[in-house]
Amino acid sequence: MSQEQGSPDVLIRVNSLSKSYGAIRAVDSISFEVRKGDVLAFLGPNGAGKTTAMKMITGFLEPDHGTVELCGHNVQEHPIQTRRNLGYLPENAPAYGDMTPRGFLEFIGEARGVADTPSAIDRVVEMTNLSEVMSQPIETLSKGFKRRVGLAQALIHDPAVLILDEPTDGLDPNQKAMVQDLLSSLSSDRCIVLSTHILDEAERIANRAVILSGGRILVDSTPTELMARAGQHNSVRVVFEDAVPSDILEAVQSEDWCSAASVDGTALLVEPVAGANVVNDLLNTINSFHARVADVQLTEGRLDDLFREITKGVAA
Amino acid sequence: MMGFDLTGWKAVFRREFKSYFASPLGYIFIVIFLLASGYLMVSRDFGRFLELRQASLDPLFDYFPWLFVVLVPAVAMRLWAEERKSGTVELLLTLPVTLAGTYVGKFLAGWSFLGLSIFLTWPAVLQVMRLGDPDWGAILCGYFGSLLAAGAFLAVGMLFSAASKNQVVAFILAVSASIVFLLLGLPETQETIGSYLGGFAEQIVQSLSMVDHFDVLKRGLLELRAVLFFVIFTLVWLVGGMLVLQRTKTA
Repeated sequence: MSQEQGSPDVLIRVNSLSKSYGAIRAVDSISFEVRKGDVLAFLGPNGAGKTTAMKMITGFLEPDHGTVELCGHNVQEHPIQTRRNLGYLPENAPAYGDMTPRGFLEFIGEARGVADTPSAIDRVVEMTNLSEVMSQPIETLSKGFKRRVGLAQALIHDPAVLILDEPTDGLDPNQKAMVQDLLSSLSSDRCIVLSTHILDEAERIANRAVILSGGRILVDSTPTELMARAGQHNSVRVVFEDAVPSDILEAVQSEDWCSAASVDGTALLVEPVAGANVVNDLLNTINSFHARVADVQLTEGRLDDLFREITKGVAA
Repeated sequence: MMGFDLTGWKAVFRREFKSYFASPLGYIFIVIFLLASGYLMVSRDFGRFLELRQASLDPLFDYFPWLFVVLVPAVAMRLWAEERKSGTVELLLTLPVTLAGTYVGKFLAGWSFLGLSIFLTWPAVLQVMRLGDPDWGAILCGYFGSLLAAGAFLAVGMLFSAASKNQVVAFILAVSASIVFLLLGLPETQETIGSYLGGFAEQIVQSLSMVDHFDVLKRGLLELRAVLFFVIFTLVWLVGGMLVLQRTKTA
């Protein structure tokens, strides 16, 4: 009796998932699919429902309504089977503080029935750069090492599905970059769902961005597409050698590709219509004034701005 | 889905048992248990082992239930409360193990630790052998009964550990509940209940009394009724604890 449906590449299928705590709808009927190779980033303010959604995907939390399928199996009906394919880093990377990373990973390996635990440990220790702290109690480790111990346990059985709740929270910039590179390298033959506050992180490693707020999916898109939607995307800042020629502002504002333009000292700021790239059009216009340009800067859209814009209405 | 699939109990058992010795807690517990049981055994106010000069371990066994009331909750309190407080419960219950398997694994780890502590009272047996020819049946039955009683108190303590994130609260609730079950064994309690509620109530109380069943085993009578009492008592509290954990794990 096979439960496989549709594409075998679909590793996670979430179907109108809901969960309430009392009167609060923590997760409100969300649906999406994650395919092999996907890195999906959950974005959203605190309390948006990211953690609750992830807890239900792992099967730890029972949903009020809706279903979750991992690798074709319902997580509530086949908990043991689905958990074998799952690597999970819970919020704050909990671990047994009195154990050493080695003892802890041995326990996880045994509980997961990993065939060759010692070599599996060697593999994940190298991936997460843990070798120097393997014999220290976990409670004495720095936040960065603790987080990496949590990642190592999630990877020890080489799972098809990785669920990571804020994997880079509390790491310094170098460690963040290391974890982001690691996750990028892991994504080819599995799928990863992670939550983050850091929009740059989603931009760096995710190919899908889901913005949650008030338990609902507001946006399910790619980070690139989100950036295009961001208000400031492809805005151009032209710095002149002398003052901004007096008529340029009006001339630029009258062009149909310009949505807004302003002058800031010796610089001209131009926002294009619909995030289009208007550098050439703009320079043509400027050339007709024979003004000398010192510098041209193109600004990519910032997810932060879009994020604030999208979630503002919901929070109010 | 709970069921009685015990997948994963072994890994949990091994980790949990080792963890008693990863911190001073395990060693402190054993030292206190041995000092306290030794003191109660030889003290003039309690066991009077030295005065009686009998080749019997009754002076030791008599006080085990009273020691268990305080000491077993100390072993039980961390089993779930700590997992829930630190968040590791989320990790543990998303491994390919069942809730029943982890619960039983933890119970067996705590029980083995208590068994080890009880076993370490063996010098008392040597002392009894020096005094005369002991009743080996009574000694073996006494140890067996002690093990069963320790398991019963552990199952009680574990339920409260599953119910509260706070270890101190879990400890106090477990001690209170354990005392109630112990007090049911006192003749005064049984008579009082009998005089208010009649002989039938007195019999029910008697049949729920740990001390009465423990005394049967201590005397060297391997009575099925006494053994079944401990087994059923323990199982009821274990299943109850699993149901509690099912509800509290996400809270």
